[in-house]
Amino acid sequence: MPIQYYIILAAAIFCIGVTGVLVRRNAIIIFMSIELMLNAVNLLLVAFSKMHYAVASAATKNMEVNTGTDAQLFVFFIMVVAAAEVSVGLAIIVMMYRNVRSIDVNFLNRLKN
Amino acid sequence: MNEIIFSAIWGVIMMFCSFLVSNKSAYRHIAAIGLLVLLIVNMMETGGTVIFKVDTMGMLSYSTFGLLFNSIAIGCTLLYVLVSGKDIERLEKNIAEYLVLLFFVLCGVGILSAYNNLLMLFIGIEILTIPLYILTGSDKHNLKSNEAALKYFLMGSFSTGLMLMGIALMYGGTGTFTLEVARTETGLYKGVSFLEIVGLLLLMTSMCFKVSAAPFHFWTPDVYDGAPSVVTSFMATIVKVAGFIAFLKLCYIRMIGTSSAIDWRLLFSIIVVATLLFGNITAIFQQSVKRMMAYSSIAHAGFMLFALFSLNDFANKGLLLYSVAYCLATIGVFAVLAKVKDITYEGYNGLAKTQPVVAAANTVFLLSLAGIPLTAGFLAKYYMLSAVIATGTYTWLVVTGVVFAAISSYYYFRVIQAMYFKTGDPQTEDISGSFKVGLLALAAIIIIVGIFPQIIFNWLYF
Repeated sequence: MPIQYYIILAAAIFCIGVTGVLVRRNAIIIFMSIELMLNAVNLLLVAFSKMHYAVASAATKNMEVNTGTDAQLFVFFIMVVAAAEVSVGLAIIVMMYRNVRSIDVNFLNRLKN
Repeated sequence: MNEIIFSAIWGVIMMFCSFLVSNKSAYRHIAAIGLLVLLIVNMMETGGTVIFKVDTMGMLSYSTFGLLFNSIAIGCTLLYVLVSGKDIERLEKNIAEYLVLLFFVLCGVGILSAYNNLLMLFIGIEILTIPLYILTGSDKHNLKSNEAALKYFLMGSFSTGLMLMGIALMYGGTGTFTLEVARTETGLYKGVSFLEIVGLLLLMTSMCFKVSAAPFHFWTPDVYDGAPSVVTSFMATIVKVAGFIAFLKLCYIRMIGTSSAIDWRLLFSIIVVATLLFGNITAIFQQSVKRMMAYSSIAHAGFMLFALFSLNDFANKGLLLYSVAYCLATIGVFAVLAKVKDITYEGYNGLAKTQPVVAAANTVFLLSLAGIPLTAGFLAKYYMLSAVIATGTYTWLVVTGVVFAAISSYYYFRVIQAMYFKTGDPQTEDISGSFKVGLLALAAIIIIVGIFPQIIFNWLYF
């Protein structure tokens, strides 16, 4: 499949994520939208990795090129860091829920005054 | 490398201390010793002694500039712990873990000052910000602190998402994560691709979020206001300046490399003016000193952006000097703020009568922030503006900078006026002798650096 399809798919998922962050008011849903953004990036990175590999192996006529492995490693780093972020983020959401019994982010507007 | 490894190790040691040592004030001393050790090993590396030789495959590269910045960051953190350590203790029953987080943040600073690969940029930014989410929410039963933590967390991870998308697109355009790209005239990756430009713009947006530059500054006042004063002090200084150091390196290599395709200077000049405008004008109308300081930190971000705009030797020196001047003065102002019970301007009324030493030191900090000669803040602003003049274009930007510097003195002088020329009965926490000594030391460093800036620059030519 041409690379454009992957780029369009990843961009679409990413935009759904961004829209979710901007539009939804529930902290957990916002959080899920952020995860959606990160996973769109993962998909895109893997697709690019495959593309760069194909280009490099066609150019050298040699099976031992390792172009593209760095992007796949990057995906693992994103997953690990996202997990770390989730652990802190959920703790913050729980802390907030204990105090106000709500996870609606409209509560956050009170800080402005 | 010394700093990254030692800060991580000392963080783990501090975690063990949290259940092996029962004396509460001992944690503070252990942290101070740890920071001193970090400072020593980092200076050893500046002199050429590397304790752990790790092959990072070119992902991290150490320059004198980055190492000097590490020293400044560690030194400021050390002074921060010495001056505000008692206030950190009041945050919570178990404070050792909060001090641990400071070490992990410094680990992130070490990565950001040396990164040479976008993967390291991402890891560094995350190591830097995840501990801060926790620190922001450290006042668990205070609703404001909760809200600030949630807001900071949502904004921070959203901007991380943008950053990752930017990095992915840049990878698609160039086929590599390293900062330096071999650009060729022919072949698949010739010239500057569209993907790379879009990626760089997204990455820039995300970095602007992190350093709170103008169109993306809106989270800053709420978060800085909601977080406990001691935490804001750390967040607004060392962390923000580390973001600028990372941003500077990105600009030097990637943005100059792609300057044929897009006029970065024009883009940055718009961001600078917008940041200075929002920061300064909104700060004037604040009633609370803490919120005023939050907006003033946006205004100072505008001044530090001059370095990213001009990208020359003056800019490097200026950013280092600015980080010293801005960090020390802001740490001082927040240390006083944490002691004053009423944080509106009225709360400062007549402070000079009851606490003359504290008021005098606070005056020095505020003068330095306003950029009055003989303080470090003046020279920092001077270097930033000469960096813009050295570029030879955009002279109107210098005029804008001077005008906004003048406007900024209004809201700083209001605090000085309240302390000296108004009568009132300011309520303060207990102020110990060692706290006063710490404040005076901070003020002395600001004045000494303001008169002899060479004591910082000499380290650049080791």
